Amino acid sequence: MVDLRAMTALGAHEPAVLTVGPLTITERFDIALASLAVRRGQDLTGAARAAGVPLPGPAQYQARAPYSAFWVTPEMWLVEAPFASHEEIAVHLKAAFGDAASVTEQTDAWVIFDLTAPDLALVLERLCNVDFRAAPEGYATRTVIDHLGCYLVKHGAGMARVYGPRSSAQSLLHAVEVAAASAL
Amino acid sequence: MIIHHPILGPRDAQEFVYLGDAGLINRPDGMTAGIEAFHDYAYNRDNPAGEHRELWYHEQGDRSWLVVTRNTVTHEIKKVELARDVARAQGRSK
Amino acid sequence: MSQSHRIDGGQIDRSKTLRFTFDGLPYQGHPGDTLASALLANGVRLMGRSFKYHRPRGPLSSGSEEPNALVELRSGGRQEPNTRATVAELFDGLAANSQNRWPSLRFDALAINDRLNAFFAAGFYYKTFMWPKSFWEKLYEPIIRRAAGLGSVSREEDPDSYDKGFLHCDLLVIGAGPAGLMAALTAGRAGKRVILADEDFAFGGRLNAETYAVGQASGADWAAATVAELSSMPNVRLMARTTVLGAFDHGIYSAVERVSDHLAVPAVGKPRQVLWRIYSQRAILCGGATERPIAFENNDRPGIMLAGSLRAYANRWGVKAGERVAVFTNNDDGLRTAADLTAKGVEVVAVIDSRQGDEVIDTSGRLGLKSITVRDREGGTREVRVDALGVSGGWNPNVNIHSHHRSRPVWDATIAAFVPGADGPPGLLVAGSAAGVMSTHGALRTGRDAAIAALGLTGRADMPEAEDAPISITPLWHVTHGKGRAWIDQQNDVTVKDIKLAEQENFTSVEHMKRYTTLGMATDQGKTGNVIGLAIMAELTGRSIPETGTTMYRPPYTPVALGALAGRSRGKEFKPYRLTPSHHWAAEQGATFVEVGNWLRTQWVPKAGETEWRQSVDREVLATRKSVGICDVTTLGKIDIQGTDAGAFLDRVYANTFSTLPVGKCRYGLMLREDGIVFDDGTTARMGEHEYVMTTTTANAVTVFRHLEFCRQCLWPDMDVQLISTTEAWAQFSVAGPNARKLLQKVVDQDISDAAFPYMGAGNITVGGLRARLFRISFSGELAYEIAVPTRYGDALLRRLMEQGAEFDAIVYGTEALGVMRIEKGHVAGGELNGQSTALNMGLGKMVSKKKDSIGMVLSQREGLTDPNGYRLVGARPVDPKGKLTAGSHFLEIGAAPVAANDGGWLSSKVYSPHVGSDIALGYLKGGDQKIGQRMRAVNLVGGTETLVDIVSPHFVDPEGERLRG
Repeated sequence: MVDLRAMTALGAHEPAVLTVGPLTITERFDIALASLAVRRGQDLTGAARAAGVPLPGPAQYQARAPYSAFWVTPEMWLVEAPFASHEEIAVHLKAAFGDAASVTEQTDAWVIFDLTAPDLALVLERLCNVDFRAAPEGYATRTVIDHLGCYLVKHGAGMARVYGPRSSAQSLLHAVEVAAASAL
Repeated sequence: MIIHHPILGPRDAQEFVYLGDAGLINRPDGMTAGIEAFHDYAYNRDNPAGEHRELWYHEQGDRSWLVVTRNTVTHEIKKVELARDVARAQGRSK
Repeated sequence: MSQSHRIDGGQIDRSKTLRFTFDGLPYQGHPGDTLASALLANGVRLMGRSFKYHRPRGPLSSGSEEPNALVELRSGGRQEPNTRATVAELFDGLAANSQNRWPSLRFDALAINDRLNAFFAAGFYYKTFMWPKSFWEKLYEPIIRRAAGLGSVSREEDPDSYDKGFLHCDLLVIGAGPAGLMAALTAGRAGKRVILADEDFAFGGRLNAETYAVGQASGADWAAATVAELSSMPNVRLMARTTVLGAFDHGIYSAVERVSDHLAVPAVGKPRQVLWRIYSQRAILCGGATERPIAFENNDRPGIMLAGSLRAYANRWGVKAGERVAVFTNNDDGLRTAADLTAKGVEVVAVIDSRQGDEVIDTSGRLGLKSITVRDREGGTREVRVDALGVSGGWNPNVNIHSHHRSRPVWDATIAAFVPGADGPPGLLVAGSAAGVMSTHGALRTGRDAAIAALGLTGRADMPEAEDAPISITPLWHVTHGKGRAWIDQQNDVTVKDIKLAEQENFTSVEHMKRYTTLGMATDQGKTGNVIGLAIMAELTGRSIPETGTTMYRPPYTPVALGALAGRSRGKEFKPYRLTPSHHWAAEQGATFVEVGNWLRTQWVPKAGETEWRQSVDREVLATRKSVGICDVTTLGKIDIQGTDAGAFLDRVYANTFSTLPVGKCRYGLMLREDGIVFDDGTTARMGEHEYVMTTTTANAVTVFRHLEFCRQCLWPDMDVQLISTTEAWAQFSVAGPNARKLLQKVVDQDISDAAFPYMGAGNITVGGLRARLFRISFSGELAYEIAVPTRYGDALLRRLMEQGAEFDAIVYGTEALGVMRIEKGHVAGGELNGQSTALNMGLGKMVSKKKDSIGMVLSQREGLTDPNGYRLVGARPVDPKGKLTAGSHFLEIGAAPVAANDGGWLSSKVYSPHVGSDIALGYLKGGDQKIGQRMRAVNLVGGTETLVDIVSPHFVDPEGERLRG
């Protein structure tokens, strides 16, 4: 049992839940992340199936239990799982894929915000160039929000999950809050 | 500009970083080529008013390096390829 | 005050009254008014002064082409100069002021320029202020600066915010007149995603200004009904108050939406304006046409307007511009003004049709039109008392946006105007009067057809009936009778005479003419004057108008506020910040922070009683060297490199070798650019057989990653290498000093004795069961480690280290102490990694392995880069310990004159070293490795200082590396 006390990206000991008009911003501190990349000439399909790790195609997110994943670059995914059970997600994945894959711990590289609002597109159009309205559910893309490289996953017309650089969590949150106040 | 990424479809050129002439793929072998060859590789470029094959990096995207065939006068983009495929086609390996 | 010139009708809401002031005087208007229409309704014609001659001016137009009626809106931080009264939407409490006049609009001292006009011809400044040269800075420039410009800017910060945003559509329709509405309706009904943008606050374009019928309704009513239908469609976005500024590549358009300009103050949280980047599959320009005047003597008096504007004020705003009106036209459209005004009960006293041989040759009325002089076809002249004159010289299609990709418009003699050329932006069609189709029917039809063509729709949408009158125009650009000045460009005071002068002096190309005369510059960009100017130039040179051609059209279509271009990126929000894992702890201690790229790093952590930064920094250095200090080094770039070829890959990208590095060890690496210059440095550790962790400098983290991806994908595409940044994933602290091991041993779970964890060791460890990483590396010359834990535990780890370190008097040191210690140790950093220096320059030449191919290896061996007398890294110390050094000073031999030929090199980094007890510096000195022990001068000509220095080894601390290995 780890005896050091964790701090969220926003500098608190509990994740933040904030509302700006109809928009709710929920900081997700309960998701573990690791990158999974195919080593040359390897096929991960079998091991992925056995371990329950989805390997979606380009620009897609796919949810399964306990693992979900989205595509980030050819032959690489970000895999997520509940932090409570998978704090050591990289260890789990290395065990599942062995030398067939390169696995890198990414949990604390990112701050994750779930954005929910009835017409979320109105907020996102002030933040990034993603055509959120036209994007299919499960669309996953890298984009720029307030100069910050982020991943954005569409979980329905009214919800997006944004993964931003952890060190800029406050700036990212501020940008979202300001855009929501402005647009909604 | 819009660059039609071979994997991700149309993406704003703002997401990319421009490097320059796609000839940069053709790096000589340092163990066999001499200073002259490297000098040519590092410094000499054509600067065409017209069709140009050039390297763009999708830094705010999927990190793919692309070879974009673009008309430098009209900005028309004729072709976009993954640089890795181009490099392999040109015989590069390890 | 009564609205003396308000007449019946119009699209204003008379049930509500809006109060406003102009130059401090109170007036009233109604919702739907512009500032210009409201002032005209109140009988105010004089609204501004011209740029050069300070001539009294009123509005020429009723739209965004306005050259004259420029005013300052609001006050304080919201003051906005050069706002066109003709498009400023009236709101309650609006305060507007005239500009470019002193002391008042009616009496303007600089109107003397008008009397001196003979001196102020085109090219005046170029010719007059040339000699004597010494007069320029002291005399001419201040005078010109004072006289230049129109409005004044507020010196206060703009309290409002501006957003940026991104929109996507199948079809962007630019302009919501009859063509635009019909195009949007056609596409909208077909289910396409449509954006309809118009600069006006009301949709309808000229339909609101005319009395034409569309179908069974008035044009304005048809427009309103169409807008109602469009707004019911979820696939259509209606954007009023939105000006499309420019056409960019591949269907991208920029537009500015004035969200709050029609309000006194934006609502809480709402922006004043939004700058949109619109991604369109197709676009249709329905930007309408702009009427042009005719040049004749004194044609610039308040009360003289474009004929179409005169009737727009009557039809749309219920305003008569005068009690006795005349119309001067060269085409049928001008006649409509006479007809419409007569129908409104306004007295039209004369219609002067140049096609009949009649002309207006002069006017009178200093502050407003009093009379015109008419020369009839027989040559007789008569003076007609009028207080308003409508002038129509024909209509110019608004081709601007279609020409933003250098397409040159072509001359259409039937309408005597330029129409869009062939090679416009791909995907952009043009419809309505912007395409030179001047009738209402033509606008509706081409709008519909353009939408069908653009989107490949099938079937034909219904279209209402509308007038389809043919164009009848006989061009008349300027009246040749009359000796005085006849204005072409009213904003810049360019007259026919100036065009003649340009022609005499051989500035006959339109681009030269523009720059020489200033025709078409400033806020209106010559929307009303350009074509007349070039037509007159064509006349003078005996060329045709198409041969003479137009100047280049460039974005923005109308002026855009700098605030909109800046968006949210200003002040503290200029860029996002990156906070280190120790930020909260450091802030609690009252630390001073410094911006390093986007990072806010702890610069030093003051202790009670320390009043000056050097006290804190010196203490941090000495405490670290004496016992132990901790520094947050999370900001260094960290890249995880895995794969079976990871080692071979590192051998290629680093000048030195990594494939031979044992697992569990790390090594300092030097990365070159292909030209042989040092790119970056850092330590890279081998964490497993096929797993390395690379460290980059904070500044180059992004560019190194990009470079590695280039090498991986473009140079060696079959290498088995995978890359991902882990900079943010780990909180990493340097723990340095003689007691570093003792402190860490209290915190980590494993044995880290020298035997178990030797110098340059690296490995996975645990801290109270938590996975962590440890690297035994040092940049301070002390026994040192870097320990990393998942970022969320970084704050807690630091607190534990401080708690456990209390017995060692552990301190946290910031970037200043970090810099002092690395310079004391002679490690290169920012000042030395300057993008011009080689490994050899840095004294690291031996690191460049020639046994393997690596980026930069070959070109680093070039003759010029291997000069034995080239720059070498040295240390410098003042001979007198009290002597001061300045970074940037140059090394000079004793007795050598301080000239470039004697330059020996420079001091790249300088600090006060509490360890040495004096200033010390690193620097590049020619042949420096052979000059250790010599005495030289460090000369700073900028600061006027000179210090005698001893050239020494760059390693001021632990030159043999005994402490590191201890």
